[in-house]
Amino acid sequence: MGKRVGLEVSLAVAEAVKLANVDVVSAYPITPQTHIVEELSIYVANGELDAEFIPVESEHSAMSAALGAATAGARVYTATASQGLALMHEILFIVSGMRMPLVMTVANRALSAPISIWNDHGDIMAERDIGWVQIFAENGQEALDLTLCAFKIAEDKRVLLPMIVNIDGFTLSHVIEPVIIPDHAEVDAFLPPYTPVLRLDTENPVTFGPVGVPEMYTEARKQLEQAIIGSKPVVEEVLDGFGAAFDRHYKLVEQNGKPGAKTRFVTMGSLGETCMTAVDELVAEGQDAGQTRIRLWRPFPEEEFLAACAGAERLVVIDRALSPGAVCGPVASELKSLFYGRPDAPEIVNLVAGLGGRDVTVREFKEMFAMAVSGKLSGNYTMWGVESHAS
Amino acid sequence: MSKQAIMAWEDLALGAAILKPGNAKELRTGDWRSMKPKLDEEKCIKCALCAMYCPEFCISVNAEGFYHPDFYFCKGCGVCANECPKEAITMVKEGE
Repeated sequence: MGKRVGLEVSLAVAEAVKLANVDVVSAYPITPQTHIVEELSIYVANGELDAEFIPVESEHSAMSAALGAATAGARVYTATASQGLALMHEILFIVSGMRMPLVMTVANRALSAPISIWNDHGDIMAERDIGWVQIFAENGQEALDLTLCAFKIAEDKRVLLPMIVNIDGFTLSHVIEPVIIPDHAEVDAFLPPYTPVLRLDTENPVTFGPVGVPEMYTEARKQLEQAIIGSKPVVEEVLDGFGAAFDRHYKLVEQNGKPGAKTRFVTMGSLGETCMTAVDELVAEGQDAGQTRIRLWRPFPEEEFLAACAGAERLVVIDRALSPGAVCGPVASELKSLFYGRPDAPEIVNLVAGLGGRDVTVREFKEMFAMAVSGKLSGNYTMWGVESHAS
Repeated sequence: MSKQAIMAWEDLALGAAILKPGNAKELRTGDWRSMKPKLDEEKCIKCALCAMYCPEFCISVNAEGFYHPDFYFCKGCGVCANECPKEAITMVKEGE
């Protein structure tokens, strides 16, 4: 059995990376991710972790070095946030296109301008189409557990794709929580050593990332698409296997509140926990309230989401990112396309809330619920909590 | 639907990697060509500058010491004609 300790979540993630026996950590520090890679650099320096630590001069280089190490057959980890993720953007497509199963934590943070170091999902929503498997943690224990699972999912021969574990910046990364750290032996039993299918090898030369002429690029993208679609059952299998080994159970889509509730919140990330409290209170007050939490974001778990929302008449979708000039927030937009043409399509009420670290409280969730039920939140979306002369 | 693809997506190597070393030899860059270099052996001083500057490395010396491109690879870029100090190479339309 592991031990339960009070630990900053960033350090819990670093523990997970250490327990995963990574070979290479390539990193550039950026708030609010810094503590993770700082801690890993200490582990490497004091010999607790037998890995190469590559300090680089930018996130573009961090991802490039990670990619290079992955092609050499190493188990690789890096972490970033916000502007750093944006700077990695170009390389992210190359990593997935080359099917390199490295793992990255994104401590989600708003993008400039104005400069904000606080949490929202603006950074990761700009990376929806990179072909990485993406999962969202809601609390510290999940951040640690899902990081361990991420290596196993990414490296599965049926997947071989890079994976991002999203943790909300500060709300998770800098908060001290009670976290169970598994024993190294237990993790070794769960996560076998990585054996690459293809790697750079002078005895057996291969070319990675060649020119994709129009006569084969489409087929290469099809291969990537099939890999990410096919990763869903593997994610489920690995999460189930983790549950069996460690007795902490995770599903692709989670739900709580009143079963079969007509009005359901949809959340992703740490706001889900605040919303959960609000939903519990609403149910206690006799309201028909439920909640669906999206854990796996890419590939989107369509069947599981539809099953979780069966019977819902109204979804109150909380987007922690603004898509300026679009018809609604990114999560709501995907859910609208999921339900398009379905006779059971619920009304989708969209709120863009909690931008740049703005608190969204239990009371506010209850207020949203009341407004949504009484039709006061109609239209494509509502930016929640904007101070305005109009209001 | 016209068939433009080289192969089915299922047959591509992982991540579209190339598993066979040295395969660039098989890539026929010659079919990109619309102009081709023509060597006037009377003017040629066998200096080999054309071969050195050829970006496709496809110009090699023959038994008489003259430098001619391999048209399987020559893209018709004209660098050889541009670099020739004796204007011994002229670019002519493909097929002429």
